[in-house]
Amino acid sequence: MTTQSPLSPPGAGAPAGGPLPTQPKNRSVAERESVVIRFCGDSGDGMQLTGTEFTRVTALAGNDLSTLPDFPAEIRAPAGSIAGVSGYQLQFSSREVFTPGDQPHTLVAMNPAALKANLADLVPGGALVVNTGAFTKPNLQKAGYESNPLEDGSLERYHVHQVDVTKLTALALKDTGLSSKEIGRCKNFFALGLAFWMYNRPTEPEIESIKQKFGKKPELADANIKAFLAGYNYGETAEIFTESVEVKPAPIAAGTYRNIMGNSATAIGLVTAGHLSGLDIFFAGYPITPASSILHELSNYRAYGVTTFQCEDEIAAIGAALGGSFGGQLGVTASSGPGIALKGEFMGLAVSLELPLVIINVQRGGPSTGLPTKTEQADLLQALYGRNGECPIPVLAAMTPADCFDATIEACRVAVKHMTPVVLLTDGYLANGSEPWLVPKKGDLAPIEVKFRTDPAGYEVYERDPETLARAWVRPGTPGLTHRVGGLEKDALTGNVSYDPVNHEVMCQTRADKVARVARGFGTLHLTGPDHGELLVCGWGSTYGAIAQSVELARAEGRRVSHVHLRWLNPLHGELGALLKRFDKVLVPEMNLGQLVKVLRAEFLVDAQSFTKVQGKPFTVSELKARIDQLTSPKERS
Amino acid sequence: MSNPTSMEGAAPIKLTRKDYASDQDVRWCPGCGDYAILAQVQKVFADLRLDRDKTVFVSGIGCSSRFPYYMNTYGVHSIHGRAPAIASGLKVARPELAIWVVTGDGDGLSIGGNHLIHAIRRNIDLKILLFNNRIYGLTKGQYSPTSEFGKRTVSTPHGVPDRPFNPVAVALGAGATFVARAFDTDTDHLQAMLRRAHAHKGTAFIEIYQNCNVFNDGAFEHLAEKKVHDERVIALEHGKPLLFGPGKSKGLRFDAHGRATAVEVGEGPGQVPVGAIACHDESVDSSGYAFVLSQLDYPTNPVPIGIFRAVERPTYEQTVEEQARKVAPTGARKDIETLWHQGDTWVAGSGGDAE
Ligand code: SF4
Repeated sequence: MTTQSPLSPPGAGAPAGGPLPTQPKNRSVAERESVVIRFCGDSGDGMQLTGTEFTRVTALAGNDLSTLPDFPAEIRAPAGSIAGVSGYQLQFSSREVFTPGDQPHTLVAMNPAALKANLADLVPGGALVVNTGAFTKPNLQKAGYESNPLEDGSLERYHVHQVDVTKLTALALKDTGLSSKEIGRCKNFFALGLAFWMYNRPTEPEIESIKQKFGKKPELADANIKAFLAGYNYGETAEIFTESVEVKPAPIAAGTYRNIMGNSATAIGLVTAGHLSGLDIFFAGYPITPASSILHELSNYRAYGVTTFQCEDEIAAIGAALGGSFGGQLGVTASSGPGIALKGEFMGLAVSLELPLVIINVQRGGPSTGLPTKTEQADLLQALYGRNGECPIPVLAAMTPADCFDATIEACRVAVKHMTPVVLLTDGYLANGSEPWLVPKKGDLAPIEVKFRTDPAGYEVYERDPETLARAWVRPGTPGLTHRVGGLEKDALTGNVSYDPVNHEVMCQTRADKVARVARGFGTLHLTGPDHGELLVCGWGSTYGAIAQSVELARAEGRRVSHVHLRWLNPLHGELGALLKRFDKVLVPEMNLGQLVKVLRAEFLVDAQSFTKVQGKPFTVSELKARIDQLTSPKERS
Repeated sequence: MSNPTSMEGAAPIKLTRKDYASDQDVRWCPGCGDYAILAQVQKVFADLRLDRDKTVFVSGIGCSSRFPYYMNTYGVHSIHGRAPAIASGLKVARPELAIWVVTGDGDGLSIGGNHLIHAIRRNIDLKILLFNNRIYGLTKGQYSPTSEFGKRTVSTPHGVPDRPFNPVAVALGAGATFVARAFDTDTDHLQAMLRRAHAHKGTAFIEIYQNCNVFNDGAFEHLAEKKVHDERVIALEHGKPLLFGPGKSKGLRFDAHGRATAVEVGEGPGQVPVGAIACHDESVDSSGYAFVLSQLDYPTNPVPIGIFRAVERPTYEQTVEEQARKVAPTGARKDIETLWHQGDTWVAGSGGDAE
């Protein structure tokens, strides 16, 4: 029998169930490189809080990490139902982490529905912690179990740890004077305490955090601390857990770090763009999943030069933002696919007015309302082409949660430099996922240059900068520069309404040229591996982590595969076409039915192959690796 | 070009309409009521010496929405129905600018109805001029949300099947703090309304009856025509009794349910003494009174023009500015590094962070 810990990632010889090894009661700690853990339960069980708290302390412990929350679209689906299951997965490691992990090594399931919805993902031989207190007949029925999986032998391939979290929490809190309902709400802290013991996390920072979170209700703070410590001590004393696992801090670039979620990085990126440009940020939005938290966060940043405006609808939001830009502030709006669809006409007006505007699309599953809480990359063609007329807009995408910060600043920079709306694509996976972020220092970021025209002499409304083709930005209120702009075609110089046929063609071409010139400001392509070989994997957006890791694994096996990840989708990088042609094969993985691949084939006449997934879930590393294996030979060809 | 309106303190040069006209040819159909409205707006701007550099006209789509092109101020001719959205963003971002919105019955009450009612609800300091010609002009004659029930148009050959909006009632329903109605052709009255709108702090909404002589000629002739005007129109004047008719010989009385009856005013038999006619009060706190007035319509009652309601309420942008002052009393921005470092941070890597 193997002596491998049930808490660590099982290898090929992992035990398929069977009696657990009995070990001495004193703590034994095994060191592991990386661990993937998933907490799941009913949406009323507080699993998101459990996950984020575990993440916070793990980040403070210096591990590299990546997280993936997964919650239902309904705020409160019927308790105990599969539809109401909420989950939170994270991978943490002593080395660089690219993704939240393909499959959890440890699954904490707070009720039968959570078990049913998540069990298939748990690696065979993985640790399964179940709250037996929730495995009642009605709950089993609601989850669709005909027999109790804890009793019918169906879980034999896992290391099952049966813990009556419900009862143990109630016992720990019986003297607190709290109602049984309130006590029930502390279960997640018991589970968190247990996980802290299992993965050897320090308890002090968590106790501090609980005190802060529940500062206004000290009796709840006390109860949650009690439940948390009860869970921790249970791990230590209960004989079912044989050892705890330690993951050492990851070696990362020197500096100050904080754990950051994608939407938060986007919000802070916007404020930073305001700092770098000296512009006030005018953010107008309308509530929509999964973009709303950008609005929430920015609404706290008024003291940093941000005004937020919650509008009556998505159209008003982009309209108000454009009004802000006309007024000389940097207008920004954020939404998700359905909201972006509504904004289309205004994006056209912004193209016509040639004012800076940043439109953020936190993509989710579509079409229509689709899968509001799940991730997808299916709005690329919408961003590139989804408007009437010849309506070019620069489009870029963020790659990781922390990268949302840099991508946002880049979007603002281009919007101002070229006087154009810019679309920034992120997605639900980036928005709610988190990773450590190296906090910048002031000198690290280049200022964003802004010039407002104030000189009335010789002013022509659509006269352009010869390099960027941007027209001048004039703040209303500037003496002597009154002018009118609008959505009717304008004379190429004066901006007056013009129906002249040749002028229209000149304007269409000029707007296209202006966007093409954005590429002049691009840095080098984001390429990993040699610039030629058997296979180039070309990705964009949030698939970055999974592609990077799968390519790294394949290269370690000697496969001649490289990875290019596109920051800009429009315009495309000037060197991309040549690069694609230096590989035998090109693979384009996307969380859609093949959108970038169409663009690449059309632009460069390359026989790029598509690899797609639209399950509302990111690619796993193993899926990508398997595809790379099919397309490459394992060793260097002679 | 120098700007006479910016020269504060200099000897006042008499300004004229021309100082507020842009260099663009006005392209409405000859005879369109829009010309008269443009002239009165320019006249009022000249009389009040308004600063064109600090003024922005914002419009949507439709005949009336060409308006900004003809004003020598800042201007945005935007997209259909969305002018209040742009104008709201602009006003919140730049509260010191004077912002006028020009819209029509289709633009403002149909495709853009949502933005209109929410701008009004927020009491953002916008001057909204709704040119009501009860038809779609630019798209050639379809019925609009203010067209009469049963009206035959190109899109309703069997008659309009729905009931029209009453723009004044819509504005009041949205909580408007200033609501007025005027005729395009009644120049002095229109000027007076524009002046009051300019002076109002908050959303000022004016419905302007506007003749589209091409697609709906004479839509308001039954009210405007000299012979019947006094009989069919009642001019609301603050503090004055609700009188109308030839020589102000009639008055309005209301029953407990807000129904109006016209009565002969005088001391004779069957007449009501003028003292018994209610005086108009535009400052009534509740909008119920103004709403009752808004329901007066031809042919049952005379149609009111003038100011239905003018009350003071904090504007949206004032509230936003006050909130901003609370978090940043000096107006100076907080240091960006404070934001970067908020929350749990840790120092990692060799040497750490020596900041
Ligand atoms: S169509 Fe009617 S409203 Fe439009 S410009 Fe002509 S007359 Fe005026």
